[in-house]
Amino acid sequence: MNNRTLTALLLLLTLAAFLLSLMAGKVWIWPNSWAADNADGWIFLELRLPRAVLGLCIGAVLGLSGAVLQGYLRNPLADPTVLGVSASAALGGVGAIYTGLSLLPFGLFTCAMLGAGLSILLLLAISRGGGTMGFILGGMVLSTLAGALTAFVISIAPNPFAASEIINWLMGALTDRLMADVWTALPFMALGVALLLSTGRALDALTLGENGAKSLGINLFRLQWVIVLGVGLAVGASVAVSGVVGFVGLIVPHLIRALYGEQPSQILLPSALGGAILTLTADSLVRLVPGPSEVRLGIAMAVLGAPFFLLLLLRYRKGAA
Amino acid sequence: MTLTVRNLGFAYAHQPILEGIDATFDAGKFTVILGPNGAGKSTLLASLAGLLKPQTGTASLHGTDITRMPPTARARQIGLLPQGAETHWAISSEALVALGRTPHMRGAGTSADDRRAISAAMSATATEGFAHRPVTQLSGGERARVLLARVLAGEPEWILADEPLTNLDPGFQLDILHLLRQQAEAGKGVIAVLHDLQYAVRFADHLVLLHAGRIFAQGSVDDVITPANLADVYGIDANLFKDEEGAVQLFIKGKVRP
Repeated sequence: MNNRTLTALLLLLTLAAFLLSLMAGKVWIWPNSWAADNADGWIFLELRLPRAVLGLCIGAVLGLSGAVLQGYLRNPLADPTVLGVSASAALGGVGAIYTGLSLLPFGLFTCAMLGAGLSILLLLAISRGGGTMGFILGGMVLSTLAGALTAFVISIAPNPFAASEIINWLMGALTDRLMADVWTALPFMALGVALLLSTGRALDALTLGENGAKSLGINLFRLQWVIVLGVGLAVGASVAVSGVVGFVGLIVPHLIRALYGEQPSQILLPSALGGAILTLTADSLVRLVPGPSEVRLGIAMAVLGAPFFLLLLLRYRKGAA
Repeated sequence: MTLTVRNLGFAYAHQPILEGIDATFDAGKFTVILGPNGAGKSTLLASLAGLLKPQTGTASLHGTDITRMPPTARARQIGLLPQGAETHWAISSEALVALGRTPHMRGAGTSADDRRAISAAMSATATEGFAHRPVTQLSGGERARVLLARVLAGEPEWILADEPLTNLDPGFQLDILHLLRQQAEAGKGVIAVLHDLQYAVRFADHLVLLHAGRIFAQGSVDDVITPANLADVYGIDANLFKDEEGAVQLFIKGKVRP
């Protein structure tokens, strides 16, 4: 199968997963009642639609960011969390919940985006001119620092309910989001995605190492800015609306490489589609698990993702041996 | 058509790497940069390729300061085969060679010009046979040829190679040297950092011998490769002689006795 057919197939699957996400839940809502003026219609418009659109966007952002970062660092273990952007945005969100700013309209989103923005600036300052090594170390420092501060905020939470609210939010979920949340996050994600999609040629050139890429006229300094800004905006916005959803950025590029080959530019768009399919499907499945409350998406993703990744690694090692 | 360096200097943490380098490199010539480890060979090559900005002096191409050229314009003129034969992803040989077209590409996809240059580079290096094999599955000798084809595909006027023979068997080393020689004869300026004095003697038109960050000698093989120079720079006792076909050969007897 050539890449064009594969991409067409992924587009179809994305559409199918999106439709599934619109319908699935404790109450199934079939297309004939989407426009209905009754409880089903309201559930569709107020709950299912924003949730499905967010699932689509967040999955695409995470898959694409993972593919770009793995290409940039030439390391298949990289994922959006390596930059510390997710952890910093999460810290911003946790701070908003702790201080009560999250009760204001867009309070949580703004604080999380500020966290992401601050981490972008710090990361650019730390890793200035340092090549990929400074970049990785800078991200690690930020990630650890933000994680520690988040734990600190949880530890000083005034009561168990506040602590539990914070922890719940951190686990990542797409429940109870409004169309307003979607419209707030969308511009940041769109800008981030556009920046990230422009990196293909430079990522390809990096196959030859940093000197090889530079000798081909690639400006690595500018590439680093584009990637930090792109990941920062897109992943920052996704954490701000949904908490931290892991594993998508790590797994999806691997699956896509198995289908499309390893050329970094060739897996960018497919990784975005793959991320959307995985997130939408997982988010539909968590709604179908019986029980009073939903499994958090972040948890479901890790529980499904980890064994799957292990299987992939074992198969890969068998192939390499 | 010349690449020129004037009073080029470089230091890391007050430790001079290169000092007062003056040299001119001509198109149509195979120039070899020689010198012991740490003499500054790779730094000089990186300055010529525009990857490093010299701290003093300039490197210029036909009178234009290389560090002031737009990176893409520079990349079209000067191709670099970096040290270490890095290839990070299992892409096909053909896709790897196509990377050489990066400075010529605009928008998506490859033009007819790109495709012609890619297939010409692959046929010059006899790499068409494994065009669709992943580069990670090639032998060292095959991969070295594919990486050289990548440089040729960019159709640069200048080909700079940093230790292109490392980890290759003699047969493959000679393949690479003959290919570089052919490029020089076709009018390109070829500049290579080599460690092997025997090959330098046999293949180079022009030599630059570096020692402790300075030019110790430069010129023709006869001017540069003398027993006295080799003793001073490398600390080796070496003889030059003409073989039965009249070609100059080098024989290294051992270290110079103190």
